[in-house]
Amino acid sequence: MKLQKPLDIAAIVLIIAALYMAFMFAPVERMMGAVQKIFYFHVASAWIAFFAFFVTFVFSILFLVKQNFLFDDIAESSAEIGIMFCTIVLITGPIWARPIWGVWWTWDPRLTTTTILWFIYAGYIMLRKFIEEADKRAKFAAAIGIIGFIDVPIVFFSIRWWRTIHPNVVQKGGGGLHPDMLKAMLFAIFAFSVLYAAMMLKRVRIASLSRRIDAIGENNG
Amino acid sequence: MKYLGSISAIVSKDVLHELKSREIVVSMLLFSVLTVVVFSFIFEPGSQFKNEVVGGILWMSFVFAGILGLNKSMMSEVTGGNFSALLLAPVDRSAIFFGKAISNFIFIAMVEIFTIPLFMVLYNVNIFAYGAMPVVIFLLGTYGFAILGTLFSIISVNTRTREVMLPLLLLPIIVPVILSSVQALNIYILGHDPADAVKWMQLLAGFDAIFTVVVFAVFDFIVED
Repeated sequence: MKLQKPLDIAAIVLIIAALYMAFMFAPVERMMGAVQKIFYFHVASAWIAFFAFFVTFVFSILFLVKQNFLFDDIAESSAEIGIMFCTIVLITGPIWARPIWGVWWTWDPRLTTTTILWFIYAGYIMLRKFIEEADKRAKFAAAIGIIGFIDVPIVFFSIRWWRTIHPNVVQKGGGGLHPDMLKAMLFAIFAFSVLYAAMMLKRVRIASLSRRIDAIGENNG
Repeated sequence: MKYLGSISAIVSKDVLHELKSREIVVSMLLFSVLTVVVFSFIFEPGSQFKNEVVGGILWMSFVFAGILGLNKSMMSEVTGGNFSALLLAPVDRSAIFFGKAISNFIFIAMVEIFTIPLFMVLYNVNIFAYGAMPVVIFLLGTYGFAILGTLFSIISVNTRTREVMLPLLLLPIIVPVILSSVQALNIYILGHDPADAVKWMQLLAGFDAIFTVVVFAVFDFIVED
């Protein structure tokens, strides 16, 4: 695990740099003021959450095809990290929405889909805790990892239809982002991606170590 | 045709078993009617907003009762070791799955056939005022529920907590089914433009088709031992 230390250091440095980019480099939004700063981390977390669940999806398929438990470890680790970033998205969103939209929550397609996503992967993680046999656990979890991810676009489209049939309470502001804001956002996404990689490396290592411990326990028992 | 033969063998086994015991359909039916009755307390009698929520109440009663029935149906397979025996049979594994899914579909459909008229009387709404199209909603919605519900009930009964996992896994994933079925039904209850309902039914049909293929593809992998 030679990669681990450089990645850790890179993640720490990049997150500090991303904080600088968000608070110092990017201009203060004229209408929203300082609260808009949360946007950089909100978007970066959302990106990582979706990416992490995509990784779970890909490695769930790979596990079913190849039966290699390393793939199961990767799928599990990515789902866990994904749900952490998904939680961050769901917390930072309302903090921003309250002063800007006037409500903590609205049943907007993206918000609702993210919430449903959170529940799907919370179920995925719970399921893993409740099955003893490693083989069954990996296979059943892979089924959820695949079906859950395929479901996400269908959930999104169905909720979007639902909201367009009903009047939309909250109108979204236009997407005119200041170029410096865009730079700060892209940098935050990059920093969070490195953080994701650093966390994945550790989490996969923990998963394979605990798999080894289980195997040793079974041999002795 | 051997594939269809295996499916129909499983379905007739389940239907025969159910005709003898009547455990699944009767408990589901009682529960779904009970849900319809209990949910009437959420609004004033004769409230003008009633028609906007009754479609949702009907579907929720099917979803709750369906979860109850799916667990019961799969538990009786697992407790006797019957499910493992079925998997040993020299037939395609997915045929066993679709057999179970179709019997679950039949059981839930039976419940719906009895619940819907009672619901229409109790809430004073006529779902079929504009023709028989809502039948298509019930068929498509129930199929989508049954296909994923059957897969997740197999997963759920294999966990330490048994039936607890089924609603936790199933409800978030079938959000599109619940949403489309309720929205499509509401259009008929409120007398809106039926063209909008067709859009929702297409989404239901798409959901059903996608997950039939996905389950067909993964089922062999997840049950082999």
